[in-house]
Amino acid sequence: MKRDYYGDVKLFSSGVTLFWFAALIIFLLLYPFLFENYYVYMANYIAINIIVVVGLNLLVGYTGQISLGHAGFFAIGAYGTIVLMTLASFPFLLALICAGLIAAGFGFLLGLPALRLEGPYLAIATLGFGLTLTTVIGRIDMLGGRQGLHAPDLVIMGHHLTTDRQFYYLAMIITVLLVIIARNITKTKVGRAFVAIRDAHIAAETMGVNLVLYKTLAFALSAFYAGVAGGLFAFVLRFIEPELFGFFLSIFFLTMAVAGGLGTVMGPIAGAILLSFLDLELRNILNIPYVGDWLRQLSTSHFSLTGVSNIQFIVFGTILILIMLFEPLGLYGLWIRMKKYWKTWPF
Amino acid sequence: MTFFAVENLSMTFGGLKALDNVSFEIVKGEIFAIIGPNGAGKTTLFNCINGIYPPSGGSVIFKDKPIRGIKPDKVAKAGIARTFQNIELFSNMNTMENIMLGRHLFMKTGLFRGGLMWGRNSFAGKEEADNRKKVEEIIELLELQTFRNKFVGALPYGIQKKIELGRALAAEPELLLLDEPCAGMNAEEKQDVVFWIKDIQDELGITILLIEHDMNMVMDISDRILTLNFGKPIAMGYPEEVSSHPEVLKAYLGVEDGEDAQIH
Repeated sequence: MKRDYYGDVKLFSSGVTLFWFAALIIFLLLYPFLFENYYVYMANYIAINIIVVVGLNLLVGYTGQISLGHAGFFAIGAYGTIVLMTLASFPFLLALICAGLIAAGFGFLLGLPALRLEGPYLAIATLGFGLTLTTVIGRIDMLGGRQGLHAPDLVIMGHHLTTDRQFYYLAMIITVLLVIIARNITKTKVGRAFVAIRDAHIAAETMGVNLVLYKTLAFALSAFYAGVAGGLFAFVLRFIEPELFGFFLSIFFLTMAVAGGLGTVMGPIAGAILLSFLDLELRNILNIPYVGDWLRQLSTSHFSLTGVSNIQFIVFGTILILIMLFEPLGLYGLWIRMKKYWKTWPF
Repeated sequence: MTFFAVENLSMTFGGLKALDNVSFEIVKGEIFAIIGPNGAGKTTLFNCINGIYPPSGGSVIFKDKPIRGIKPDKVAKAGIARTFQNIELFSNMNTMENIMLGRHLFMKTGLFRGGLMWGRNSFAGKEEADNRKKVEEIIELLELQTFRNKFVGALPYGIQKKIELGRALAAEPELLLLDEPCAGMNAEEKQDVVFWIKDIQDELGITILLIEHDMNMVMDISDRILTLNFGKPIAMGYPEEVSSHPEVLKAYLGVEDGEDAQIH
């Protein structure tokens, strides 16, 4: 039988995938014309989370190293981009890439303890990194201290991007590009080495995989993604302060990856979309007629008002527990099950 | 030129001497077997050669270069591949990808060329396709075609052992360390493995260092045999010599000196 060996790693394995990809691109192009401003803002927010989670998935899902410090890299990207633009007057894209590289450098450094630490110990080390970083940033006057920083004007090739709609296309191009790159990496040598380290690191080493190189590379790559996303985030909010990049954000990123399905390409994207949507929508839950009032009453009579205003955290926790209990592969696992069910229906 | 030699290798775990002054030399092209009862230090010896454990004394020479104490990936680069006693496959990859990892040292695609793989004529696409073709040859040699796209975690034990052998072969080693390639196999599968090992020696010209418990097989295919007991080498030589060596009989069968017995 004649085999097409490239077919195994091809981006579009069949005409059907190519069709769906084209449909997705057209949808993304038309999106700002179909939806109102708030949803364009939401799309930008989702795109940024997708970048972080796809990067985090390369580390947690593919290489099997935990990180509870990704908010730190996210912060480095956000601050780095703004500082490079204002103090060094870099153009936006260059500043974004440089900030990503700075985050990657920190990722490399955080990868060094990962060579000796595993599981919960690594989690604690990365957690410490995230917590320290925001505290340190809060004390540096050049970075605005506790007051935060305002983002400068965003100019790309002479165009001023001031609204969410204008920013949308920039965010989408970067997101699609980074997702495709991540997908390609997982299909080629580096990605295979990552998975090999996760599944059987001793065997990987005896087959020639340099553990030091690939573990630190995974951290650096993942940090780069978080850094780039952070740089974009700074321009979605237009104002950043250390409190934005707290411990919960790291957990939020990890929850998105786990809810979507670790170690798959599409899973974390789905997770990021679902949880970012819930994150923004649940903030307005008190404004929903009847339900909002009922929740407020419930909360003030039995708990406290802050309980219900932080309801998204409760929902994320519930989702995480349900995923762990019923579908460790997350949304991706559900999708596979559904496909199987329909294929074999009605049996 | 020394192809491969272990000289006075020692390894202690706390007070336990897992390896005690083990020395032997392997000639290029032969099948050299290490036998010994459970806990004799056979796998420890492999781990020391591989660089997984740091030996506490002695030296390991490969192609006139000392390799003791260097990292496992550098040992692999020097041209030594191995399989494991308790299968160490990448259980969430399929057969093809598992063996593809054996090609790791031959591939140059990095983060950038890999991430930006664009079409079959790009560097990464071409390299990927070429190496997959090589792997396909190994898959055909070991008759693994049916399992090509199956995740290895759920495959039968014997098949997993074969995939591990395939992965080691994909690295095109000069010296292949096989840690109990027949463990847990039935008679028919064992015969296949014997056949492949012979094939690997004859056709691919790979030197083989083998650990095995199945005496029939060891006596059948080995050119020379080393016997270990409690970390100490007790006999080395041709199969006939070793199988009738009194120390070996004592270690294996508990035969006292002077009794008449033979290993088969």
